[in-house]
Amino acid sequence: MILTEPRVRPADFTARTGWRFEPEGACRGDLCVPLPEPPGPWLDAGMLAERLGMPLLSEEAAGVWCLGPEVLGRVLQTAEAPDLRLPDWRGEAFALSSLRGQKVLLLAWASW
Amino acid sequence: MWQELREELHPKGLEVVTVALDLKGVETAGRWIEAASPRHPSLIDREHRVDELFGIVNVPSGVWIDESGTIVRPAEPAFPKRAAFRDAPLPADLDPYLAEVLREARKIRVEPEKYVAALADWVEHGAGSRYALAPDEVMRRSGERGGDRSRAAAHFELAQHLWRDGREAEAVPHFREARRLQPDNWTYKRQAWVLVSRFQAPSDVMEGDWLSDVRAIGAENYYPRLDM
Repeated sequence: MILTEPRVRPADFTARTGWRFEPEGACRGDLCVPLPEPPGPWLDAGMLAERLGMPLLSEEAAGVWCLGPEVLGRVLQTAEAPDLRLPDWRGEAFALSSLRGQKVLLLAWASW
Repeated sequence: MWQELREELHPKGLEVVTVALDLKGVETAGRWIEAASPRHPSLIDREHRVDELFGIVNVPSGVWIDESGTIVRPAEPAFPKRAAFRDAPLPADLDPYLAEVLREARKIRVEPEKYVAALADWVEHGAGSRYALAPDEVMRRSGERGGDRSRAAAHFELAQHLWRDGREAEAVPHFREARRLQPDNWTYKRQAWVLVSRFQAPSDVMEGDWLSDVRAIGAENYYPRLDM
């Protein structure tokens, strides 16, 4: 997740990573990780990196930080498909979950 | 490439969703999609989100998702048919480097017949298909996400962001680091190489190149054998 300062708004973080904020701490699925203090309007990126096991890179001259995905056991922690949301090639928003009820072959390709 | 198969299997309950991994987005992927005029959703993934979410490391890769939104096969090589270039003679006036690349690419194992037959079986039999895997097996096969893989994802995301922002010199070390940390992620490497060389040839900017990296592992190991 790209940041322009070493902190992030909880809603943006939740939208990108799926971690939500509860009184118990940062939660995803059944797992909750306690945080040192209740979340305010901003969360410190270094704190999130440490608590959730995410790499945090900085390119300070460019004013950019990047929080990577947390270190997990397996890439898929559940067989439930993540709700992929991407624009289609005409720029229209698309959510994978809109295809519930059909079988889906998700196919990654590239022009290169 | 998938249009024909999609039209055949769509009436039986399958939808195809293609995702183009491309830092330059529709600028480079668009003309391919337009030419195919697909009737299925054709998405643009400028940030390689599916790499992170589904563990995709090479293209083309397919993931099967059932009616309830459960993955029944995680990412694996997915070819609908044998690419025409594999059998056609190479034009005599072809760029010599490209000819070498294509000769190497022909040694890569692809298994379209097996894949398409399995897909059709699943579409017909659903959970009863022997190709539909149980959740534990799906998770097991999805691969490990240890520290290196996680850091590779962060370096790659940062590299793409900087590159898009015109900060190419700052981006390059992060592309290199992503390759070092996760050398088997071809989507990271190829995306980086193609930014500086159309044929993903050696450059003094990026480390490695398609031909050398493929030869280093052996073309037969470019895709894992289908486990089905």
